[in-house]
Amino acid sequence: MSENIVVETAERIFADLADPQTVNADANGSWKAPLWNALTEAGLPLAWVPEACDGAGASLADGFGVLSAAGRFGIAVPLAETLLAGWLLAKAGIAAPQEAMTVAPTHPRDRIALQGDGTLAGRARDVPFAQDAKSIAVLVEGDGGTQVALVDAGQCRIVPGRNLAGDGSDSVSFDGVRPLTVRPAPADADGPALLLMGGVVRSLQIAGTLEAMLEISVRYANERVAFEKKIAKFQAVQHNLARLAGEAAAALAAASSAADAIANGAGFDDAVFLEAVSAKIRCAEAAGTGAAIAHQVHGAIGFTREHILHRFTMRALAWRDDFGNESYWAVELGRRIAARGADELWPLVASR
Amino acid sequence: MTAALRFDPIRLPPECERLRKEVRAFLADEIAAGTFDPHKPYRENNSARDFSRKVGERGWLGMTWPKKYGGHERTFLERYVVTEEMRVANAPSRRFFVADRQSGPVLLKYAPEHIKADILPRICRGELCFAIGMSEPNSGSDLFAAKTKATRTDGGWLINGTKIWTSAAQVADYMIALFRTSPPTKENRRHGLTQFLVDMKKPGIQVNPIQQITGQYDFNEVVFTDHFIPDDHVLGEIDGAWKQATSELAYERSGPERFLETFYVLTELVRALGPDPDIRGAEGIGRLVAQLHTMRRMSVSVAGMLQAGKEPVVEASIVKDIGTVWEQQLPHRVRELAAFVDVDPLNHPTLDEQLAFATKLAPKLTIQGGTTEVLRGIIARGLGLR
Repeated sequence: MSENIVVETAERIFADLADPQTVNADANGSWKAPLWNALTEAGLPLAWVPEACDGAGASLADGFGVLSAAGRFGIAVPLAETLLAGWLLAKAGIAAPQEAMTVAPTHPRDRIALQGDGTLAGRARDVPFAQDAKSIAVLVEGDGGTQVALVDAGQCRIVPGRNLAGDGSDSVSFDGVRPLTVRPAPADADGPALLLMGGVVRSLQIAGTLEAMLEISVRYANERVAFEKKIAKFQAVQHNLARLAGEAAAALAAASSAADAIANGAGFDDAVFLEAVSAKIRCAEAAGTGAAIAHQVHGAIGFTREHILHRFTMRALAWRDDFGNESYWAVELGRRIAARGADELWPLVASR
Repeated sequence: MTAALRFDPIRLPPECERLRKEVRAFLADEIAAGTFDPHKPYRENNSARDFSRKVGERGWLGMTWPKKYGGHERTFLERYVVTEEMRVANAPSRRFFVADRQSGPVLLKYAPEHIKADILPRICRGELCFAIGMSEPNSGSDLFAAKTKATRTDGGWLINGTKIWTSAAQVADYMIALFRTSPPTKENRRHGLTQFLVDMKKPGIQVNPIQQITGQYDFNEVVFTDHFIPDDHVLGEIDGAWKQATSELAYERSGPERFLETFYVLTELVRALGPDPDIRGAEGIGRLVAQLHTMRRMSVSVAGMLQAGKEPVVEASIVKDIGTVWEQQLPHRVRELAAFVDVDPLNHPTLDEQLAFATKLAPKLTIQGGTTEVLRGIIARGLGLR
């Protein structure tokens, strides 16, 4: 448990209103509204919006802590997305609406254009929770460079989709949409910055799910009896779980380090870039390896809809793809390392 | 949480970065002077003894130990920086590394005052090389099956038996070894072993070097025949050595040497692929660097927790497990990624030579100092599975 009041508040709300067993057994999603209301009352979705803009004005570190906790509970409401949207809007000095939001584009190759007549053009793929959002914070490219636009989601043509975990992951067409507000984006909130910030958020969430996978897998191994003993007593199972612990540890370390680097850094230089993309790459790898082990330990029961395991494993796997997947970032990082040259590799790694 | 893992994002303080500059400048001077070649990690080095003394003169041995024993009362994070810079430069640090990391701290904790006053300052000056006597022909990972016997005699003990796979024994001045002083009991099979300080220059010890698959003679068989050890060389509780090896292991397991052993092949891969690699090469480098950065941040985190007086035993074991598997796989990954690089071996011998050496070295990395299997057992215990 955390020693931080903001994170403690979030954890208490998650424990009370988003218990994975209860959520998993609830076929019609009636848990969602009470959870969202409680989060909103606590000011958590707008944690990264300054008080002057009617937000909670919490630190980046506090928000990151909340999202780690959200990962540990496998939270499936647009909390991370609203936080990110609030952050992006605040960077451009735009007041955030008090409602569920998301951000776009979240795919490295998607571009939304701001046209001369003030309307937008372009499509963003795999936008998380667009179908649940009232507003979208959009990075747009126009004659004035990169700008932040606040868009009414109701004005957009949204083709609903689902990610591996069944959460909204939608195609959003902005063609002809007139934004509610447009303001220039500062250098530390441009397209790459949004992808890196979103990537670190997803890394923290993935690390949280891995912590949960480890906990419930260890618990299950200590309960389940086969061949007349707890399966926890089998060396093969122990070593699998030790590897899962290693993957959870790597994800946790990489994500916490990247979050710390952003929270205490100024902008996205090479060092912060290394931290952020390493977190996304390593957490995505850990998600693949870790989820496979968690399922292996659980056997058939973990493959059922009824068991909570999929709430963590499928989210971890789905989140790999948001804000640039690990292959995309590995290529970007590899190119940057190559351009700096062999003898600059160690100095860069050692600088963190 | 049944298993709350902690990896706080510890940052190295400014004094560490000042120190890093000093270490790099020193290493650059030594390389320029021809003391060692950073591109030839496989070369046996004749100047290691002098190098060891120079490192001692700089104050980089016994860095965390009390000043009254020649130490420098600096932090574990400062020692961390020296260790990683030496490792990455392929500096000839084997002579002093074991004494500095492991043997010195054991002596500090368990040796009588006059031995500490005698030996520790000499370690700090870079004059002494230590070996560790654990494995025996029929006792490797199963440490507590050790049979080499210490029998009481006038004023001390007589040692008979054989240690094996003992690194650096052929040049070591001292060894810290486990010998059997009593049989194990029914209740506790770990009972009956005692830790001793062995003076390798005294009679009754025969060291037989064993050639490794790399061609080097780094480890040895050490045969004890009525070797006498005085009473004051007993380290800690007689028959109770098993109680003494807990927190030290965290230091031993989590350092940068646990993932940087084959780092040079990654550097040479980046050199070979050039400033504009194809997408396959770029992705390969990117993943490897992301993995490396992550392990280093885990390792620094453990060092920071140790500095803060915590005992992150599970976290340290995880660092060694992940780190050694990674550094073992690294030459194979580099080989795959370099497969389509058109390099003239006459002009660029470095990568091929380094790969050949690292590939031959790789199997030992997950065996020495606690096998992967032993580590995963320790992690499993920490998770509450055993």
